[in-house]
Amino acid sequence: MSADNKCCCCGGGNQFAQLDEMLAKYQGVKGALIPVLQEAQNMHGYLPKEVIERIAEKLDIPVSQIYGVATFYSQFHLNPRGRNIIRVCQGTACHVRGAKAVLKAIEDNLKIAAGGTTPDLKFTLETVACIGACGLAPVLMVNDDTHGRLTPEAIPEILAKYA
Amino acid sequence: MEMVTVTIDGKQIQVPKTATVLEAAAAAGVKVPTLCYHPELRPEGACRVCMVEVAGARSLVASCVYPVNDGMVVKTNTPAVREARKTVVELLLANHPQDCLSCQRNLNCELQTIAGELGIRKVRFDGEKKNYPPDANNPSLVRDQNKCILCGRCIRACSERQGVHVYSFANRGFNTIVSPAFQQGLDEVACTYCGQCATVCPTAAIVEKDDTAAVWHALSDPKKHVVVQTAPAVRVALGEALGMEPGSIVTGQMVAALRRLGFDKVFDTDFTADLTILEEGSEFLERLNHGGKLPMITSCSPGWVNFIELMYPDLLDHLSTAKSPQQMFGALVKTYYAEKMGIDPKDIVSVSAMPCTAKKAEAVREEMKASGYQDVDYVITTRELGRMIQEAGIEFSKLPSEEFDAPMGIATGAGVIFGATGGVMEAALRTVAEIVTGKELECIDFHDVRGLTGIKEAKVQIGDLTVKVAVAHTLANARMLLDKIRKGEADYHFIEIMACPGGCIGGGGQPIATCADFRQKRINAIYECDQCSGLRKSHENPAVKELYDTWLGKPLGHKSHELLHTHYHPQKR
Repeated sequence: MSADNKCCCCGGGNQFAQLDEMLAKYQGVKGALIPVLQEAQNMHGYLPKEVIERIAEKLDIPVSQIYGVATFYSQFHLNPRGRNIIRVCQGTACHVRGAKAVLKAIEDNLKIAAGGTTPDLKFTLETVACIGACGLAPVLMVNDDTHGRLTPEAIPEILAKYA
Repeated sequence: MEMVTVTIDGKQIQVPKTATVLEAAAAAGVKVPTLCYHPELRPEGACRVCMVEVAGARSLVASCVYPVNDGMVVKTNTPAVREARKTVVELLLANHPQDCLSCQRNLNCELQTIAGELGIRKVRFDGEKKNYPPDANNPSLVRDQNKCILCGRCIRACSERQGVHVYSFANRGFNTIVSPAFQQGLDEVACTYCGQCATVCPTAAIVEKDDTAAVWHALSDPKKHVVVQTAPAVRVALGEALGMEPGSIVTGQMVAALRRLGFDKVFDTDFTADLTILEEGSEFLERLNHGGKLPMITSCSPGWVNFIELMYPDLLDHLSTAKSPQQMFGALVKTYYAEKMGIDPKDIVSVSAMPCTAKKAEAVREEMKASGYQDVDYVITTRELGRMIQEAGIEFSKLPSEEFDAPMGIATGAGVIFGATGGVMEAALRTVAEIVTGKELECIDFHDVRGLTGIKEAKVQIGDLTVKVAVAHTLANARMLLDKIRKGEADYHFIEIMACPGGCIGGGGQPIATCADFRQKRINAIYECDQCSGLRKSHENPAVKELYDTWLGKPLGHKSHELLHTHYHPQKR
């Protein structure tokens, strides 16, 4: 089950050096799994299989259990994520003001479905139920930027800023 | 122990303060239906079928996890309780495949039973169905998540009983599944194929891979000489699969049934169990006298062998190189027996009836082709054999008792006790002691190594030497012993390890509803078989003696080495 010989994302050397350093901090700490997964995800952008296996080995937690935790919480991702995370609001206010068409415009532009990531890893597209900016409906967020009062026509220009 | 008084359905009883409502109800003689509860596993309260009314409680409570307190008043049979139970089961049925009539667990399914007992005649909900592909890429077990009711018993059996942790709940909500890490197949994760998950599964979500079709095919081929070997644990459990009492000894009827199924010869794995003792016993003495690796650990249990290869590859030198009785039998049937009978080994189909799912995987190991062919062609479990007997229309309980065929059906009581935890150790001690001292043992019953204690230790005086032995069953207990060996804290000479609780009699291929009480009854039956055997020491088996004299030479000799011993390798999955 050792992942020593596999490379995940950063070539050469001990690709787990940073991860191991973080894990050392949590040796013997009870209830450490969720913060560990959060930190590991911050390092890698997502939770690669090899990273989960390394965490299992170092914290002596069965890999099946870590997989269970990582798939239970929507904050954890097991597949690579884009550098830019688009969150398109599909809440009630946005819905009545045309959020569906906005979402479709993004899907068409990026050629991915909601939940997907572009092959060049530039964008991950997600839907959310409400981001609390109903006055700007329909609204989306790219990373920490909010874009409101959207029309499908406005989408290409917004995406171009992050491409 | 501090006792409290509770009233269950109007009946007042005293129960320990630590009891659950479910346990209290059982003590009061009240049956509360359950699904996710298993008497030998930590209760989880997942399914909510066991809900009851507790006076003063805001809502119904899950009795399997609800602790009693003094003066508690419980009602288990009120309209609200019955309605809640029904609804819970209806919701389970709403997304359960409705293929009961053609299901491998038909008539032996807890969900089916409970639906019947609760009088469900209509499922009011028409839910979304699950549609997962089956996991059938390994020789032993088939998983069908569409039939999983998320009780989590397999997770608990694999973690608590076996310490292997293959399964976990994954995802959430309707998408929740029981799954190995990364939703890999059992062949891709560190699964030992012990099959304990299948023995606790209430439905057909985890079952043995059914190999009966291949066996029927061989039996119907007139060009094939089909022989069968039966493991010791099958004869004390097969009756259960066919409606008899747990612990029924059905050796003679089993032999008769196998003949009626069409097997050309009905042999006994106990014959090669005796042979195993001579090879393994000699190996033990060799290691003891010539500074070999100690403690030596038995290698009969293929779930255990997978476990050490997967989890403790650094300790593989401790494993006896002697093959398991099944594989010794397989190697001999296509060499010794073929020669003796003048049958071309390519025409022999060698079938084994085993209490075990891991045996299916053992038979297809690359090393197990000592005869030049796959030594054991097909392995069927006790459950599969039971089904074949039913399918053939054989009225099992009315069969006469018949004898095994010679020569590979001749065995001693020492071979029979292989089926119970401690049995291999006891059989080995009977033989090793007499070989070393050259004197007949006064008492051949080694009670210290018998019974259902997880790890048993004993000191046995053999001549001048005090031999320290240990016996473990279940892989969680095996892990404890292995950790001791790793730390250098184990000063044993000889260790027996069996993967399953109670040894092979509690194997993953045994009739479902395996619990401690049933296991004890099967064990009692095994020792009764031993007591009734004319010969009770492996080295006194005349057929084994003849095998050595006329063909094999001596234990650990050249031919033995080629046919009866094997090697192990770390498994990376």
